[in-house]
Amino acid sequence: MAQIVLDRLAARFTGGEILEAGSAHGDEWARIRRDAWIPVAMFLRDDPSTKMEMFIDLTCVDRFGKEPRFDVVLHVYSVSLKHRVRLYCGAPEEDPSVDTLVSVWAGTNWFEREAYDLYGVRFKGHPDLRRILMYPEFVGHPLRKDYPKEKRQPLVRRQAGAPD
Amino acid sequence: MGFDFHTSSLKAAVNWARKFSLFQYPFVTACCGMEFMSVAAPKYDIARFGAEFPRFSPRQADLLIIVGTITERQGPALRRIYEQMCEPKWVVAFGVCASTGGFYQNYSTMPGADQVVPVDVYIPGCPPRPEQVLDGLMLLQERIQRGEGHSQIAIEAEKGYDVALTAIRPLGSPARKAEP
Repeated sequence: MAQIVLDRLAARFTGGEILEAGSAHGDEWARIRRDAWIPVAMFLRDDPSTKMEMFIDLTCVDRFGKEPRFDVVLHVYSVSLKHRVRLYCGAPEEDPSVDTLVSVWAGTNWFEREAYDLYGVRFKGHPDLRRILMYPEFVGHPLRKDYPKEKRQPLVRRQAGAPD
Repeated sequence: MGFDFHTSSLKAAVNWARKFSLFQYPFVTACCGMEFMSVAAPKYDIARFGAEFPRFSPRQADLLIIVGTITERQGPALRRIYEQMCEPKWVVAFGVCASTGGFYQNYSTMPGADQVVPVDVYIPGCPPRPEQVLDGLMLLQERIQRGEGHSQIAIEAEKGYDVALTAIRPLGSPARKAEP
C-alpha cells in the first residue's frame, strides 16, 4: 500500500537512520534511529511523494525486559495520496527520552503529554510537558509494566467516625 | 406520652412530604447517564415518584444520584458537591461502577463512590434497567419515611436523640415484603 514511503525513506536516509522496515497486514512500518526522529518526520511531511499532512496517533509501548524498553509509536497519514505509515522510535530505560514532534505536527502535543503521563517517556523540547490524564499528585507512570497492579493513590477518602 | 405521640406524628408527616419531593442532583459521569435519561423520560418517568426536578446546583438538591464511574481524580469534586448540599440529604449510587467500581480494577477508578461520600441505596446493574432504578428509589423512599437516611440519622444524633427510638417504623410491615 505505502511501499513508496519506505522506498523514499531508504533512498533519502542512507546513513543508517532507518534501523528496520517492513510490512504487515497491509501496513508499512519503519524503526527510526532516535537522533533522526525529527528529520524523518519533517521529510515525510514535506516530500511531495509522501505528503504526510495528517497526524493520526502517537503512543508508547513498554517492552519490559527488552532493549530498548520503550517504543514511541507514530501513525501518520497522507490525505492527498491516501497512504499511511507507522514509525517506531526506541527509548532506553535509563534515558527514556525522544525529541518532540510538536514542531512538525502540532497535534502531537497532547499525545506526547499522554505518553509522558502514562509511560514516563520524556519528549525533549516539548512546550508544556505536564500530566494530562492523571492528577498532578500522582506518583509514577501507571501503564509501565512494573507499576504495581494493585497500587492506588487516592486523593480523598471518608474519615472513619466523621459525621458525614 | 401525649407530647411524644405528637412529635413522632409530625415527623412522619414531614418525612412523608420529603420522600415525595426529592430534588435530585444527577452527578453523571459515564454511560449509565443514558439509562438515567431513560428513567427521567416519559416512558418510565421518575416524576411519578416525586423526584421530578434535576437541579443542576447541589445547593438546591437533596438527593445526590451518582451515575457512572467515579475516578480517583473526581473524588474531591464529588466530595465538595456532597458537602454543598443542604441537610437532610440522601445519596444513591446508580450502577455497579458507582457502587463498587464495577469491572474496573485499576489505578484510576475509585472502588465505589462510598469511599468519599456515604451512600443510602446502591442500585446494581451495568447499566441498571429503569425498573431497577425505580425500585431503588422506592427503597430510598421507605428509608426516608422511617427516618433512616444517613443524614436524617446524623441530624437526630446531633440533637442527642437515640436514633433507634426516634426512627419511625410504620405499623404492620417495617420491612419490605419478599418477592414471590
